[in-house]
Amino acid sequence: MKQLKKKRRRLTASSRPGLTFQELVFTLSRFWAKQGCIIQQPYDLEVGAGTMHPETFLRVLGPEPYSVAYVQPSRRPADGRYGENPNRLYKHTQFQVVLKPAPNAVQDLYLASLEAIGIKLRRHDIRFEEDNWEAPTLGAWGVGWQVLLDGLEITQFTYFQQCGGLDLGVVPVELTYGLERIAAFLQGAPSAYELAWNQKVSYGQVRWEEEVQFSAYSFDWASIDTCRQLLELQEQEAHRILESYPREGQPSQKQRHPILAAYDLCLKCSHLFNLLDARGAVSTTERAVLIGRVRALACRTAECYLDQKQTREQRS
Amino acid sequence: MSRDFLLEIGCEDIPARMLPGAQTSLKELLEAELKSRGLLSRAAVQTWATPRRLVAYCKEVLPAEADRTDQEIGPPYSVAYDATGNPTRAAQSFARKHNVPLSKLTVVETAKGRYVAVVRHHRGRPARKVLAKVLPSLIGRISFPRSMYWTSPQEMRFIRPIRWLLALYAGEVINFELAGIKSGRFSRGHRLLANRRIAIRRASDYRAQLRRAFVLVDPEERRKKIVQEIPRALRRSPLQAREDKELLDLVVNQTECPTVLRGGFREEFLSLPSEVLVTVMRHHQKYFSVETEKGTVAPHFLTVIDLDRDQGGEIRRGHESVLEARFRDARFFWETDQRQNLAGRIGLLKDIVFQARLGSYANKVKRLVQLSCWLGKNANPPDGRHADIAGRHADIQTIERAASLCKADLTTLLVGEFPELQGVVGGLYARAQGEPQAIATAIAEHYRPLGPDDKIPQTLEGGILALADKIDSLAGCFSVGAVPTGSKDPFALRRAAAGVVRIIVEQELRLDIEKAVRQATATVREQLPDAGSGDPSPAIMSFIEERARYFFREVAGYPYDEVNAVFAAGWDDLTQLKQRLEALHQIRPTPDFEPLAISFKRIRNILEKAGGPAQFARGQTIESLMEAGAERGLYDAFRRLRSQVAALRQAYNYAEALRHIASLRPVVDNYFDVVLVNASDPAVRQNRLTLLAQLLQEFSTIADFSEIVAAPKTRRRTNGTSKNKKQAQGKKKAKS
Repeated sequence: MKQLKKKRRRLTASSRPGLTFQELVFTLSRFWAKQGCIIQQPYDLEVGAGTMHPETFLRVLGPEPYSVAYVQPSRRPADGRYGENPNRLYKHTQFQVVLKPAPNAVQDLYLASLEAIGIKLRRHDIRFEEDNWEAPTLGAWGVGWQVLLDGLEITQFTYFQQCGGLDLGVVPVELTYGLERIAAFLQGAPSAYELAWNQKVSYGQVRWEEEVQFSAYSFDWASIDTCRQLLELQEQEAHRILESYPREGQPSQKQRHPILAAYDLCLKCSHLFNLLDARGAVSTTERAVLIGRVRALACRTAECYLDQKQTREQRS
Repeated sequence: MSRDFLLEIGCEDIPARMLPGAQTSLKELLEAELKSRGLLSRAAVQTWATPRRLVAYCKEVLPAEADRTDQEIGPPYSVAYDATGNPTRAAQSFARKHNVPLSKLTVVETAKGRYVAVVRHHRGRPARKVLAKVLPSLIGRISFPRSMYWTSPQEMRFIRPIRWLLALYAGEVINFELAGIKSGRFSRGHRLLANRRIAIRRASDYRAQLRRAFVLVDPEERRKKIVQEIPRALRRSPLQAREDKELLDLVVNQTECPTVLRGGFREEFLSLPSEVLVTVMRHHQKYFSVETEKGTVAPHFLTVIDLDRDQGGEIRRGHESVLEARFRDARFFWETDQRQNLAGRIGLLKDIVFQARLGSYANKVKRLVQLSCWLGKNANPPDGRHADIAGRHADIQTIERAASLCKADLTTLLVGEFPELQGVVGGLYARAQGEPQAIATAIAEHYRPLGPDDKIPQTLEGGILALADKIDSLAGCFSVGAVPTGSKDPFALRRAAAGVVRIIVEQELRLDIEKAVRQATATVREQLPDAGSGDPSPAIMSFIEERARYFFREVAGYPYDEVNAVFAAGWDDLTQLKQRLEALHQIRPTPDFEPLAISFKRIRNILEKAGGPAQFARGQTIESLMEAGAERGLYDAFRRLRSQVAALRQAYNYAEALRHIASLRPVVDNYFDVVLVNASDPAVRQNRLTLLAQLLQEFSTIADFSEIVAAPKTRRRTNGTSKNKKQAQGKKKAKS
């Protein structure tokens, strides 16, 4: 521990004050690990937000306690700016914390996490401003705030009420930190690309190409026809799995049913929808329809997942 | 020890917009509860609120409920006891039913004789016990527009999780438990400045103790602090904060320890239109914008932080850099949007849905062009009768162009980012792209009024376009059955209808509103031949009528019976209706008026009883059947006045017309004193009814006097009547 402290002093003594981008991840991970969270890895599919990671979407279902934290790079094709806008990114990085059940002192815990990353609470204006989060493609919504730090939105703070269309028997709280913004604040960087990833390498050096090329793909290159076909195919495959779930079957039969794979397919549909949207291929009416189709997959997945889990518990 | 009461509900951050409602709700609930239990003293219940707490305080709550005695009457004594005085089965079963031994039965004397009874004396419970019992459910009943659960759906719902409960009576804790929390004597200080438990010994010290912990619990105290600090933050400069009551309310309800900070931004951003600058500052950052002496936006802003001060200026710098990023975005949108002008964007509207069944905004624009041109021609018809609006005719070309462009800004990035600037952005772009000012203004104004406090369009063309937009929304939505129900009004049709009323009345347009509605529904039908069955116009008309009545009553402040009276005489021309209403309001206090109104009501009642005024009004009066004197006198006065009143009405001189009608009073009084309407001769009776029906019909075209609720001269009526009197005589509120 002592060594660690010494090391951090050396790190923060680099050209920019405040934690580097990677130190920010380390510090938050360590903080929440100490609070009993397991530290998970990012999900290895394209997702638009940390909530879509099965570690959130599926784990919040059912009554058993679960606390988890992880980094989730989040892709939002319509937000790409070819690497030209200082703040808007095709892919930004969320640090996601889910605590189930929500502890009583969760606001204080959250504030302590800000102190841990070097924000002196006594010197800043921190607000919890009403913001009720909703993810229509996931049939999920909650009640909470966006947290503002000197007017800058740094975290989404949500008490889940529903997920996959299901009422949650035990209410989890979800904290989603926007890492680029927080790092820029800590380092006083005018643009995400100028962030120090570590002492030697900037965020721009690591990520700029990706921003340019994925923006180009999302806005200019993605074939609308292909995306539509892929979406249809993935959706069909997901439905095939979900519809054949053996609701009345033997426990062993249920256990082997690949609901998790169906969820992956649902996530792929969601990303394809985002791509089509960025391509400007989705009219407002169709938009509602497509969102409804993805939500239907998510809700069905949630139901089957819960049934599967209850079967498992009955057996043990 | 003083018998004061303190309740503090400690909560995670309550949304600012819900705080005033919650504070009022807590006060009402507590007052009602204390009153119903007989615990309310002469001391008022005070309530305060911050984002993290709802507080109630009462200087004195009575120490106990009043004692009370319940009495259950049973069988008559003669049935309950036999001749020897032994209890019968009736007495036994009565005692069993009330769970008392026979010895506890008593005998009471009633008006009907001697009866057996169970009498129970209840000592009033002490206040602390009562409060412990009622507070948990009372807290649960505090009303919020929405609520949540934070442990599980079976548990309590509230706006945000409750984290502590402080409840004291006469210095002692009132013990109860709610949502897993035990009440106590501990409060908490400001989250960042004094994040600790604070023991409250005496309720009367609560506010002072909290103030030392950086919490101003009284919203009015916070408001005062902000209002005082604003000029201080701008001192030594000729700058002024733009007044903004709504924003002030918001920041008052967002903070426990408000402090005003001044920040600045680079002058280069002043090249953006002031509407955009102000919207970014106000809506997105909750900043007050700052103006120069000339009223232009200055490169400064004021923010209200929830902290005692800004050590070293870090907070100011933080806010400044957030604002700069926002402005940079806005400028990027502004510049990118200029690549395609509004006219070039009209085609893109086919992809934006207005309403699922009504189709896209492209369809809406087509209807708008038609309807607004029709309105332009038909509002203020050039028939030469209206001296007051002479020359006020809308320019149809301006209207047509503005209508075709007015929705094009929905396709711009800037409106995508700042939806509340729809219309305003269209106006700015139109001007920047060389459209005439009148067109730019009409576009900018056409969503107005956005609420009861918003201005209506200031130009005639803007007013016409705004009317068209709203009437079309009503016609369209009612045609496809998208009608508001309860609190659900997704297309803001109530606001649209209220806007229609205000625009017509405040711009003093002469417009037959029913014709306009029919025109609009016909335009919708033309575009959507299979939209719904039946004509939605009557439903739209009664929807607008409801808003119009509300407007004259609650906004313009006319007594409700005067409003009823003029509406009963027809309301298709709202500007004319307003003139009639004002005339009626003027004549109302004159001595002849109310007695005449009473007589008119009597006439109506007589006619209703005889089968309704309509069946007599068309008949012929026969002079030879009239008695000389009172009856003949009324007939002559009626004939004389009829033509005078008609002429005055034609000239829109309603006040004079009403004065003439009021002059009938002695003649009418005399008539009823002498003449018996229900004469035995059916022909005479028929003739009398006919005269009265014609009188009623002829003189009810300005206002139906029988709707007037007269104030009794002496108080001999019931409470209900005196209440009516109060309303009827209610002074007209100041009109803006």
